Formats: sequence, C-alpha cells, structure tokens
Amino acid sequence: MIRKVRQHISQNEALLFEETSPGKAGYQLPELDVPSVDPQAALGAPNVRVEIEGFPEVSEVEAIRHFTRLSTWNYAIDLGLYPLGSCTMKYNPRVNEFVARLDGLAWAHPYQPESLSQGALEIIAELESALLEITGMDAITLQPAAGAHGEFTGILLVRAYLESQGNPRKKILVPDSAHGTNPATASMAGYSVQNIKSNAKGMMDVSSLARLLDEDTNNEIAALMVTNPSTLGIFEEDIAKVAEILHAKGAMLYMDGANMNALVGLTRPGDFGVDVMHLNLHKTFSTPHGGGGPGGGPVAVKKHLEPFLPIPRLKRVNEAWTFDYKFPQSIGRVRAFYGNFGVLVRALAYILAHGGNGLKNATIDALMNANYIRRKLEPYYDLPYDSPSMHEVVFSDDRQSKQGVRTGDLAKRLIDYGFHPYTVSFPTIVHGAIMIEPTETESKRELDLFIDAMISIAKEIEKDPKFVLQAPYLTRTSRVDEVTAARRPIVRWRPQRTSSQAAD
Amino acid sequence: MSSYPEKFVYTKEHEWVNAQDGIATVGITDHAQHELGDIVYVDLPKVGSRVEQGKTFGSVESVKAVSDIYAPVSGEVAEVNDSLTTTPEKLNEDPHGAAWLIKVRMSAPDEIKKLLSAADYQSYVGAES
Amino acid sequence: MRYLPKSDSERKEMLAACGIETAEELYAHLPAEARLNRPLDLAPGISEYEIIDFFKARAAETADGYASFLGAGVYRHYRPVLIDTIVSRGEFLTSYTPYQAEIAQGTLTAIFEFQTMICQLTGMDVANASMYDGSTAVPEAAMMALRVTGRNRVLVSRVVHPEYRQVLTTYAKHQGMPVAEFGYDAETGQIDLKDLERKLDDDTAAVIIQSPNFFGVIENVQAAADLAHRRGALLIFVFAEAVSLGILEPPRDADIVAGELQSFAISPSFGGPYAGIIASKEKFLRQLPGRLVGETLDSNGNRAFCLTLSTREQHIRREKATSNICTNQALIALMATVFMTVYGKAGLRELATQNLSKAHYLSSKVKPRFTGPFFNEFVTTAKSAPEEINQTLLARKIIGGLPLGTHYPELADSLLLCATEMTRRADMDTLAEALK
Repeated sequence: MIRKVRQHISQNEALLFEETSPGKAGYQLPELDVPSVDPQAALGAPNVRVEIEGFPEVSEVEAIRHFTRLSTWNYAIDLGLYPLGSCTMKYNPRVNEFVARLDGLAWAHPYQPESLSQGALEIIAELESALLEITGMDAITLQPAAGAHGEFTGILLVRAYLESQGNPRKKILVPDSAHGTNPATASMAGYSVQNIKSNAKGMMDVSSLARLLDEDTNNEIAALMVTNPSTLGIFEEDIAKVAEILHAKGAMLYMDGANMNALVGLTRPGDFGVDVMHLNLHKTFSTPHGGGGPGGGPVAVKKHLEPFLPIPRLKRVNEAWTFDYKFPQSIGRVRAFYGNFGVLVRALAYILAHGGNGLKNATIDALMNANYIRRKLEPYYDLPYDSPSMHEVVFSDDRQSKQGVRTGDLAKRLIDYGFHPYTVSFPTIVHGAIMIEPTETESKRELDLFIDAMISIAKEIEKDPKFVLQAPYLTRTSRVDEVTAARRPIVRWRPQRTSSQAAD
Repeated sequence: MSSYPEKFVYTKEHEWVNAQDGIATVGITDHAQHELGDIVYVDLPKVGSRVEQGKTFGSVESVKAVSDIYAPVSGEVAEVNDSLTTTPEKLNEDPHGAAWLIKVRMSAPDEIKKLLSAADYQSYVGAES
Repeated sequence: MRYLPKSDSERKEMLAACGIETAEELYAHLPAEARLNRPLDLAPGISEYEIIDFFKARAAETADGYASFLGAGVYRHYRPVLIDTIVSRGEFLTSYTPYQAEIAQGTLTAIFEFQTMICQLTGMDVANASMYDGSTAVPEAAMMALRVTGRNRVLVSRVVHPEYRQVLTTYAKHQGMPVAEFGYDAETGQIDLKDLERKLDDDTAAVIIQSPNFFGVIENVQAAADLAHRRGALLIFVFAEAVSLGILEPPRDADIVAGELQSFAISPSFGGPYAGIIASKEKFLRQLPGRLVGETLDSNGNRAFCLTLSTREQHIRREKATSNICTNQALIALMATVFMTVYGKAGLRELATQNLSKAHYLSSKVKPRFTGPFFNEFVTTAKSAPEEINQTLLARKIIGGLPLGTHYPELADSLLLCATEMTRRADMDTLAEALK
C-alpha cells in the first residue's frame, strides 16, 4: 500500500521561448549617471550584434511562475529520502545558505587586497585545518571544483611526485567496483588503467594485489585508486596491508572519498596508509547538490606529496593570512582563483554546527540507518555480499529478475511510493544492483515508510510482475523515452520548423 | 530463437561475415543486438581506411553502454552503411540483412577459415547464455 | 543535534532491530589499527545563532562597503532578487543530478532552456549543461579540438586570462598536448595576427582567443578564424565577461566556444562557485564533454526531457570518456538561466550598453593604453607605481584596478580598470583624480 504520497494537481508550463512576446521585460535599470554611448560608434558597426535572436521576453511575474512551476516537477531532499548509494544525499542546512550570502563574503572579489580579505582567508584556513583533522592527512588544497576534479588533481600529484623520484610510471590500478570517474581520471592524467577483481567478501583481494606488484618488475604501477568503504558499502579490512604492499614498491594509495560519510570520527585515511585522497563537500559535508552541482573536491595529502600541491597556498605571515605562490615543484593551477569558495563556506558551517562529537554521531546514525534497512529488507531481496555494511547496502535483483522485473523497473515503481529511486545497476560487479544509502538525515518514520514500500513492491512482483514493468503510474511524466532522445538528439529549442526544414 | 544464415561465418565477438568475390560484408549478430538492447548510435570507419582482423573498427551504442566492434577480416573498407547513422534502429530490426555495417576488400581471404560456422556459433551463444 | 532526526529511544529500537545493543557494535568490525581511538580534535558543535555570528565577523573582515574597479574575469553586476528566490527553492537546491527523468523534469527543462539560451547568445548550434568554470572549460575545449582534428598542439593568445592559461598548462602537461602562446599588438592590445600566422602549423588542433580579451579589448574573431581554418585548425573562442555578448556580435566563425557565466548574476564570492560552458557547431556534438539534456516524449506522448548522449561520459565510457567531469555547476547555471530570463532580449542589450557607457565615461578621464575597441574594461598607464596609487585609494574606500606587472612584466606600470552598471560616477571621478 502506498502511504507516503497521493496525487495532486500540477501545473503545465510551456518553455520560456514559447511564452515570449516582444516588448515584455522583467527588469528595470536605473537611469545612467553618465552620458549614454552609442555602441556602433564606440565599437565599430561590425562588432555590434543586431539582436539576440530567439532570446526570451517575459515579465517578472511570468518568470517567477515559470521557474516555480518547473520546480514542482522535481523530487528533492526537502521532500524526502533520497536513497542514492555513494551519493550521500543528506539534509542541506539553511543557515549555510544564509551565511554564504553575507555581503562581505558574497561580494568579495578574488583580486581584492589581502588586507581586505582576511575574513575569507580565515574561513579557508579553518576549513583546511578541520578537514586535515578529520582525514588525518598532512596538507590540503581546496582548489578542485568537484570530486572528479579532485581525483584529477590527486593523480597529477602522484605523477609529479613519482617524476621527482625519477619515473612517473604507467599504470593506475582500479578495482572493478570503482566509480567511472576513476578510470576516466587516470586516463586524463596520462595513465593506462588496469582493473582488479574483488574477492568473495566484496573486498580487494590482497594476495592477488601482492602478486600483481611482485610481477611488476619494471615498476609500471603508479598507484591504486580505491574507494573505502567500497561502493558495496564494505570497509576494506586489509587496507593498511594494501598500503604496505604498494609502498614497498614505491607506488601510492589514492583514496576516493566519495564514501567518507561512513568514516568521519571513526577512522582516518591518514592513519591507514592513504597517501592522497579527495573529499566531496557536496556529499559528506552537506553542501547542496543543486540538481548536479556545484560541488567541492578538496585533495588531502601526506607530507611527501605536499610540495606538489596546486598554487596558491595559504600561509600565515605576521599574524595575517597571505597567498604563497612560491612552490617550484607545484603541479600548477587546476582552476582559476581559489576554488568554489561559496561551497567552502557552507562546508565549514556544517562542521561548526556538528563539532567533533557531532560529526561522529552523524556517522553512527548513517551506519545505523543502512544496517536497519539491510536487516528489514534481507528477507525480500538477495544480498550478494554479506560482509558488514557501513553506510550503504547493496542488494541484487536476482529474485525479482526471475519474474522479469529488473532493478531499473523496481526503481521506477518506487517513485509511485513517493521515493526517489536508489542507485540502479551500480556497482556493476553486482548483477542488477540495488544500492541504497539512507544517510543520517532520515527519521525512523521515513525509513519505515521506505522499507514498507520496498517490501510492498517485492510482493507486487510476486503477484503481478507485468504491472510493475509499466511504472511509474502516478508521476506527471510517465516513462521517458531515452532511446529516441539518443537516436535523434534535440538538445536545444528552435522556432517552429517549416516542412522543408523538418526534413533535414 | 534466432536463426543464423548458413552462408555466413561468425566470430566469438558476435560479428558475422558474408564473403563473396573477395569482398566481405560485415555485421553484428542477432544475439549481439539483442544483448545490447535498443541501439542508438553506430560509429563506423571511413571508406578507404584499413581494418585488421581482431582489432576494433567501430562501436555500437545503446543508451547506457558502448560496445566495440572487431574486424573479423583484414583489408580496406570499400563501403560503409551510412543509413545506420540516421536510423540505428535498423540494427535491432534486421541485423543480418539491411543493417550490415561495412564491406571490406579482403587482403587475406584465408582469414575467414578461422571463423565459426553458423552451427558452431549457434552452440557458442547457446553455451554463453 | 538538530540535523539528526532521532530520539534516543528510537535509536535503541533500531539497534535492537539490527540485533545489536550498542552503537559501537555497528563499527566493531573496523580493524583495530585503523580505528581512531580519541574524539576528533574539533570544537564542540554550536548553535545557528553562533554560526551566523562567526561568519558575520569574518564577513566584516573583508572589503564590504568599498567601491571597486576590479574586473579581470570577475565582474560586479547587479543580482536581481528573483535569482536567489528561485535557486533557494528546495526543489532545485536539494535535488540530485536528474538521472531519474520522471521526477526531475524541473531541472531538466531548465537545463534545456539554458542550453538553448547559450546557443542563442554565442551563435553556436549546441551547448552543454555546464562546466566547473571558464578556466576549466578552456582545456576541455582544447581536448575536444584534439579529438576532432586528430592533431595535438594548441596555440593560445597571451591575452587570454592568465589564470585560464595556467589551468590549460596543468591539464595539457600529461596529455601530449603542447601549448604555445602567441603575442598581442603593443598598440591595439589585440592579438598579433602575424605572430599567430607564423606559429600556426599542420599539427595545430586549435587556436584559442578571448574576446573581450584580458585587457578588455575586442578581438577580430573572423581574422583569427580565417588564419586557423586555413591551416586546418579549429578556432576556440573564450569569453570571461558574458554581459558583453548582449551587444557584441556573437563568434559565429568560431568552432568551439568556452566561457564563464559569472557575469550573469553569480556572486563574485571570492572566486567561486561560477559556471563554465562549452558550445560548438552541431557536427561536434558527440565530442562535447559533460552533461547534455535532450528533448523526447514520455510514454503518454507528452514532451519530456532527459539526460542524453551519456555514452560520451565517464560513468559509461570510463577511461575512454570525453572527460572525467561528473558533478558540474547545475544550480549556478540555473542562476544564469533566471538572469537571462529576467533581463531578456532587450534587457541584456541595455545592460551591456550601460556597461559600455560607464567604461567610456571613465576612459574620457583616464587614458586607455591600447587603441583597440573595448567593452567595460581597459588598461591604463599610471604615472606612479600602480600599487602605491591603489594604497592611497583604499583610504577613500576605493579598490583600484588590477596591477598588471605580475602577469605582464612589460606592463608593470599599468592597471586594468573595470566599470560596470554598478560603478558610480562619483567614484570614477575620484579614481581619475588619483590617477592624474
């Protein structure tokens, strides 16, 4: 039975370009306090455009209605559980939004004098030191704009370090459960990728890793990129040993911090042998995902990688903060200015709100929520790996696919029950993966509703699998035809075509 | 159950070859299109380029997967089935016929002797699934 | 803790359901040597009120209340109130990447509108859903040109934003992508076409120019495109001041456009978050990096949108992807979308004209160093050390222009000055006085 939602009216809304009518405007500029300049005279006629063809012309009222109507077509954390595995969709505290918009911060220009930027620099410094304490690493850069950007930075650091040792090496090892960004990153940094298989416990196989490194007589392996806990939600129990094996051959251990929400306050990557890692501020540290960004991807390193960090770096001189550009071994810049500062403000606000113990308590609640779901759903869904779960649990659709219902279909039915789907078909090492990460944000009531929904769907599949295949039924948009979208891509609006144009 | 034309030979990577007068017409098998699901895009080489047995010469894409296509024979690309660019769904509808991919002027016609017969391929995909 | 929605008795109940008694048992399996056996050395959690206090104190230690003539890639433009009203809606702010199209039509529709408006603005055929910022869009555009042309060298103008060039260098180093620079004309401040022509060769995949360039000067895009195309290279057009496109001829002769949208009502925010874009000619669609939204139908035949052509991306093509980008700047792109909607066709033009007028008022009092046409920024030569002039201006609560010596040693005597619609005439008069 569907308990969380019922249907309600939702507004239709055309595209802006279809609502446009010439002469309408949603703005008013103040009178110029200087003489108006004729663009053609100032710039030369060929440099001046006639108009922005097709650009919208709507009033302020229509603009706010347009975007408000669109917004109601979205699911959001503010509406309920977002069980996407390895995405850590947690509550986005509103005070964080408030403080990031304070004039002195929001209007700070990156090139304004350092003497007039001390407050902003202090925020960066505080966040750096908090993240170092949380990760147990030695030095950090906050410049990368997102997780994948952090990975790229981190692997460039590995490369620069190994080059300084005389050999940049050729290969990055990536477990078969890794995020797609890992191999893509390795290749952007000029490395080839070798996949390594997980063992029956869903962990890295230490003995085969050791063999791989033994056989690497030419020292081609530069680093291993590992997500810990893995995308199966399982802590790599031999991680310290893995680090040892790599270090013995001069290779580095890179940790993808996507699942750091399982570790904060309990264990620190710096204490189990990680050389370099990135964090996702939009996951672990609650900055809003915003429909796909912005994020923040700080990269923390051990001492030996510090000289290679991007410039500039913060330095304390004469009781003031200043940017230091003098790092001859630095990999350079990975982004203009100092990173997504507004995101950094929000992450620091989150850390301040929790404090040290609070962060640990959040981690514990995240673990508890995942294990609670695991216990309650185990009778209904196959659990391919029974190692202890940290902050997420991965089931497979093995039982349901026998009835012809795959994880993707099940996910669509979950929408009818008022929930966003879990992560579908990932990690790929699980056949028909159902990957669930509740985070600490969920109340017991919300979790129980979700569990009920999952059980109810399992029963529906037993009774009438065909019914589930057509879901969702209750959304304003029914199943979207992604195949046609990809076969005949239409990636922008164009004015009504005449029949001759339509033919091409 | 699909049927595999007797006059074709097949690869374990699920390509088929129809060789006649030194020209090999190459496509992907019904089994392959079924595994891929709805095909949305086909990436093919240019006429005149060289392909080599066992090496990739293009790819087919579904919404959420990309699969390489391997050349079953070596030689020069003599013709490319351009219609697949605008109607990739043909690969789902008629993989052994209208949706051939390329025609290759074979440089080593003996290579096809290494490939599977229809019956062998049939039992191979039977065993695989 | 106010962000954790459980009572202690609920926790007990849940632990019992898990078959354990204490929370510690949840992580008892962590190997002993990896365990942190002490509390994190961070201050105890604080209330909302104290958090606001802390950040207000930090905000007070900045340049709040100063007039500013800084531009150089980050521009002070008025931000209509509607923008924060819209992006603060939880349905936009707290939603995930729209992979589940049926319950993400709001974000998907807005991105489709964004892609369309970026095309209209730049004169390109297709545009992606956003990049991190302008600086990272540039190397992504360069890598795209490598894929399209099968060549490996890029030529970048010295008057592309210096930090963008630094990021390009970092990206290029390990891609087998040599980057060479070509100079500018000391009189006009525009790119030196002769130098460009000399340096172009048959390995060159792309020529990268910015307009208005870092000196604020408008480039001759067509001339650069002609030179590039004659040698089979692509032209990548970069913009850092998006408002300029309200009035400037769009770069129709370019093949790829890489830009920064900060000017579209995105707070300067000490350098980010901003939003970058890549747009291009239609034929390069499949080489675009990053997310793309496409139009289709749902099973009831209604118009619907979804992420499309995903096989280009890292989560499918892994090491062969067009880029490793995953999270982009969706919410910031939404800010830009609302900005473009509110100003619209007439508004963006009027806004651009106001910028032009302000900067030209300033240039009537402070002589530009270069003769090329400029939009809302220009370089001027100072009579004394630029740093000293700026110091005296600070006393009058004015932040002067950007001294250029760091990035252009030959211009150590010069400042880059910017005036936008928010720059007051009285402050310009004061600045002009100080520069006399």
